[in-house]
Amino acid sequence: MLTDLLQYLVNGLIVGALIALPALGLTLIFSVLGFVNFSVAAQLTAGGYAGWLANTTLKLSLVPVLIIAFLVAGALGVVTDRIALAPIRRKPSARTPLMVAVVSIALNMALENACRFSFGSGLNSFDMPIARDMKVGGIRIGLQQLHNLEIAIGLAVLLALFFSLTKLGKAMRAVADNVDLARLKGIEPVRLANLATFIGMGLAGVGGALLAIDTSVDPSTGSRLILLIFAGSVVGGLTSLPGAVAGALLMGVIGELGLLVLPPAYQSLTAFVAILITLLARPSGIFSGASGVRK
Amino acid sequence: MISYLVFAGTIAGFYALLSLGLVTAWGQGGLVNLGLVGFVGLGAYTSALLSGAGFPIWIDWIAAAVVSAAVGVALCFVVRNLRGDYLAIVTLGFAEILRLAETNEKWLTKGSDGISGIVAPLKSDLGESFPFFYLIMTWTLVGIVAFLLGCLLRSPFGRALRAVRDDEQIAAVAGKSVLRLKLQAFGIGAALSGLAGALYAHFTSYIAPDVFIVQLTIYIFLAVTVGGQTRLAGAVVGSIALVALLEASRFIAAAIPGLDAVQIASLREFAIALTLILVMQLRPEGAFRMTNERSGLSASRAASESCYGKRAIVDDAT
Repeated sequence: MLTDLLQYLVNGLIVGALIALPALGLTLIFSVLGFVNFSVAAQLTAGGYAGWLANTTLKLSLVPVLIIAFLVAGALGVVTDRIALAPIRRKPSARTPLMVAVVSIALNMALENACRFSFGSGLNSFDMPIARDMKVGGIRIGLQQLHNLEIAIGLAVLLALFFSLTKLGKAMRAVADNVDLARLKGIEPVRLANLATFIGMGLAGVGGALLAIDTSVDPSTGSRLILLIFAGSVVGGLTSLPGAVAGALLMGVIGELGLLVLPPAYQSLTAFVAILITLLARPSGIFSGASGVRK
Repeated sequence: MISYLVFAGTIAGFYALLSLGLVTAWGQGGLVNLGLVGFVGLGAYTSALLSGAGFPIWIDWIAAAVVSAAVGVALCFVVRNLRGDYLAIVTLGFAEILRLAETNEKWLTKGSDGISGIVAPLKSDLGESFPFFYLIMTWTLVGIVAFLLGCLLRSPFGRALRAVRDDEQIAAVAGKSVLRLKLQAFGIGAALSGLAGALYAHFTSYIAPDVFIVQLTIYIFLAVTVGGQTRLAGAVVGSIALVALLEASRFIAAAIPGLDAVQIASLREFAIALTLILVMQLRPEGAFRMTNERSGLSASRAASESCYGKRAIVDDAT
């Protein structure tokens, strides 16, 4: 029983680590730009496809594949943001964030269908050697999945260093905290907004590539996960970067433990319930005490 | 060709009902409901299951509207204090959960196979003219609903609702029950969605979870935006424009050589999404502008520009 429980815990952490990257992206974009960008799901899918193409046609190995996934999703994120969403953000009113959120769903739909148009709706797997699962004290751990966990945590740490040590990172936190004050200090919000979108969508792309390596990629990969990604982000407070990582890991574990009482088909239900409970009981997220980008 | 037009016209009628609901809840009440499609599915399944159990069709339709409204009001009550963008996430998730239930509760909904053979009203009596009958019935219903909503929104209720949309605190200070108004507006929207779902179910006589996906929500947002988010006439015009666009894109995509079925379908979805983005950018007020109501005072107050969560969105213009 105990090993079963530990196995669920490990599986949950692995799922959570994959979710953490897009959740980080979502949180970063929300913090700096002030709206919920639903197109993070499509960028995750785009990253998965970019990685898959790089791996199967160029025969690249893991690290270059992930870098390509980051760059492609990040660049696509910035370009589509400038084309589709930025003109709508320019009309400031009380309803603007909501309008942008609605349009970002349309953008998500457009990108998803662009993927479907280009690659068909089939499943695409990577051409990578499958490592054998390890067994540690009765708990099964996939080497690839362990790798994913390390990469996700590594990226989160890098991001944390970027935000606490570099000038650009600090400027970004300043914008997230208070746009007007940041502008007063000579920080230009638009450039930072682009950078936030680039990093945020890039992270989603890496998450998509890692996910695709673990399983496969198809046009709906991102949309299937969107509720889980949002759950991670919302549980973490939607503006706290460490919160997003912790929230995603927590959602992964809760989702796996939920399998004890729920049929697997209802795994999204735990995400929805977590979102609802967090928003109702503590809208600032359960990790709002943690340091990082905060309101 | 005639039967094709009749079919498209009937679908436009369903969309018009959905759009009228969205105009009431979103345009007039400021309540975002990205789970619109969830309530459509709820209504469709309620009606289909009740009619399968032998209840007369008119009872099924009323039940569909009532069940959707009740669930809508309950959801709106639970999330009553949430900001707009949080409401967007929750409603989107809610529709997804409903679809999961439709797919997995096979004992009730037959899962992804869907429910077929849903009886249509008077179909055996009318024979050939049944589609015409359904078209006229649907649009008569649209007319009645639009008329009633028009009366409602011109009444003090409508003014209070718009006040809640524009500034909750001022509406509350003026003695309006903000929560009740929100619940009513959301409930009306949900009820109309449920009714449209029921009408759809009995028209095509087949429903499955795949019918009720998030794309439909985007369609309706497009219809409402094209027409003008706050206007009932806009909802009706927008729905007709939506169906015209959907059908035109079908022919255009099919005319491009060398595309397979998946590519044609994805091209159409892409076109719809692109249109919504373009309309939002180029003409967000739609075909029918919002009408401003002036108070008797001579000096007009500048519109409140405060954002959700008391912080401004990054303003690209500066």
